[in-house]
Amino acid sequence: MLACTAVSAPAIFCESLVKRYGDKVALAGLDLSVPAGVCLGLLGPNGAGKTTTVEILEGLKAPTSGRVELFGLGWGKGNDRALRGRFGVQLQDTQLADKLRVEEVLTLFRSFYAKGRSIDASIRLLGLEEERRQLYHTLSGGQRQRVALACALIGAPELLFLDEPTTGLDPRARKTLWQVIEGFRNEGGTVLLTTHYMEEAAVLCDEVAIIDQGKLITSGTPASLVSALGDVQFVEFELEGALDEAPLSVLPVVVSAERRGQRHRLCIRRSLAALTTVLAELERQRATPLGLSTHQATLDDVFLYLTGRELENGRG
Amino acid sequence: MAEGESALVELVKTRLREFWRERGIIFWVFGFPILMAVGLGLAFRSRPLELSRVAVVASERSTEVTALLESERVEAALMDEASARRSLGRAKVDAIVKWQGGQPTYLLDPMQEGGARARLVADEVLERAAGRKNVLQAKEEAVSERGSRYIDFLLPGLIGLNLMGSSMWGVGYNLVVARKRRLLRRYAVTPMRRSHFLLSYFFSRSFFLVIELAFLLAFGALVFDTTVQGSYVAFTLVAFVGAASFAGISLLIGARVENMESANGWMNFVQLPMWVLSGAFFSYERFPEWLHAPIRLLPLTALVDGLRAIFNDAAGLLSTWPQILVLAVWGAAGFAVALKTFRWQ
Repeated sequence: MLACTAVSAPAIFCESLVKRYGDKVALAGLDLSVPAGVCLGLLGPNGAGKTTTVEILEGLKAPTSGRVELFGLGWGKGNDRALRGRFGVQLQDTQLADKLRVEEVLTLFRSFYAKGRSIDASIRLLGLEEERRQLYHTLSGGQRQRVALACALIGAPELLFLDEPTTGLDPRARKTLWQVIEGFRNEGGTVLLTTHYMEEAAVLCDEVAIIDQGKLITSGTPASLVSALGDVQFVEFELEGALDEAPLSVLPVVVSAERRGQRHRLCIRRSLAALTTVLAELERQRATPLGLSTHQATLDDVFLYLTGRELENGRG
Repeated sequence: MAEGESALVELVKTRLREFWRERGIIFWVFGFPILMAVGLGLAFRSRPLELSRVAVVASERSTEVTALLESERVEAALMDEASARRSLGRAKVDAIVKWQGGQPTYLLDPMQEGGARARLVADEVLERAAGRKNVLQAKEEAVSERGSRYIDFLLPGLIGLNLMGSSMWGVGYNLVVARKRRLLRRYAVTPMRRSHFLLSYFFSRSFFLVIELAFLLAFGALVFDTTVQGSYVAFTLVAFVGAASFAGISLLIGARVENMESANGWMNFVQLPMWVLSGAFFSYERFPEWLHAPIRLLPLTALVDGLRAIFNDAAGLLSTWPQILVLAVWGAAGFAVALKTFRWQ
């Protein structure tokens, strides 16, 4: 019977999750449910409660109130060690033991798990063949992130918690990690990913959940969130001189307009006619925009619309 | 449970590698006590009694007097009175002999330690030359027994200090660094058994204890000809209890502290008073009587007293029970409180 519930239960489930630190409310009643085999991106500005959520899910912290289950099992009920054996974790800025070689770090982590990948397989998977004998503290940031991911995967987990796995990495290193994470997902693994990169969420995640101030604001597939913004596109440009914004804002094709310094950003209806109308108004004002660009709505725009903050700049 | 056993083995191997590959720690554990032993051993080595230095003021019989005085215990020099007084003032001689009217006069500086002895030695030589006979047939024997020299006193003290220091660095500091780097948090989300993690410190400390002991004892034996007067087994056991006790205390420091600065502060707070009070370098008997009882309750005092009793006085293990009790209480209390308050984040 227990096996039955475990199969049907979501990999991650939490309900009315509340966490208070004294007067400060970190989580104000969060609900999440991640079915097995899904990659969920947890997005939110700094202080939104992402880290607290992940720490509670990983069993590092107890919630003030609310229910948490992984694979249908709760923390503190005698299953803790078995539970920890079923997921892998990559922390954003953990430094593993400095004085160990890469293969020694992996051997140590492998020894914690009853089953899992061999050291050789892990090294091949993350392309660490050349760094195998190197001491951890001599590795670059990208190499360290690869070792961290190898440690997260070494117990052959069913679920991965990834905390900003590619922050600070160059595009090539990021691609390598993405491929490994996608491979894990394609084999049926479940992923909970926090990230500041919308591109990363768009590439990796089946679903995203946006949280702010300890609450879930919205969730869904990246495409559905984007289309929820409506049939719009964005026009961005820089102007050296002044621009009279009033006549722009009253145009029926303009949904919203905002300015940051010399940079203007308009949200307009998605049609060529709408774009032409806007350009005509700029022409009428004799404004010469520099670096004009248009783009379809992205997750960044969703995030900005919902929280009033930009995601990547929201970092402390 | 094969995986559990191998986890403990891997954790212990990690501890050993971390310790061995940290060159700074190697210096503090092995180099520092050696430097201390060599430095202090040389400074306080047993020396033959110094000669008494006497200036003889030039006068009619001064050459004869100088020749008389010059012996295996006296270094005599002939000079005029002004330079003799200058030499006395600068402590270059211990006394001045002046021959006046057929009798010696001794000029002494009461502030100078050697003066009285120089007068006695010189007086005896001159009296005997004048015809005095010794009534008793005194004999003299030089005594420099093992176990009574300063280095014999010092070496167990250094071993005690070494065990304290390496526990502090190897356990407390290591834990704080791991917490600061969020490594503890990373371990805490694996199925690693918490007990294995803490046990790995215990085993790695025990392993290094044996190496440290062997190293320092061999060094003492080779360079200063020291030996353990009592049993090596008893000596090792007391050292083991001491190392375990300090591991418990430093586990307590490592249980909650989050950054290196506070870790350093706490380690100094624990170690410095014992460096001074616990009699590693000089006997705590020199402190006022009322302080002796509290000093004996300090773990380093207990360890050093216990080691010294076996090292120098050939005491048996059983006779060191008060020291072992003190160490056990400190260690057990440290472990118990540390386990209750340990913070993985």
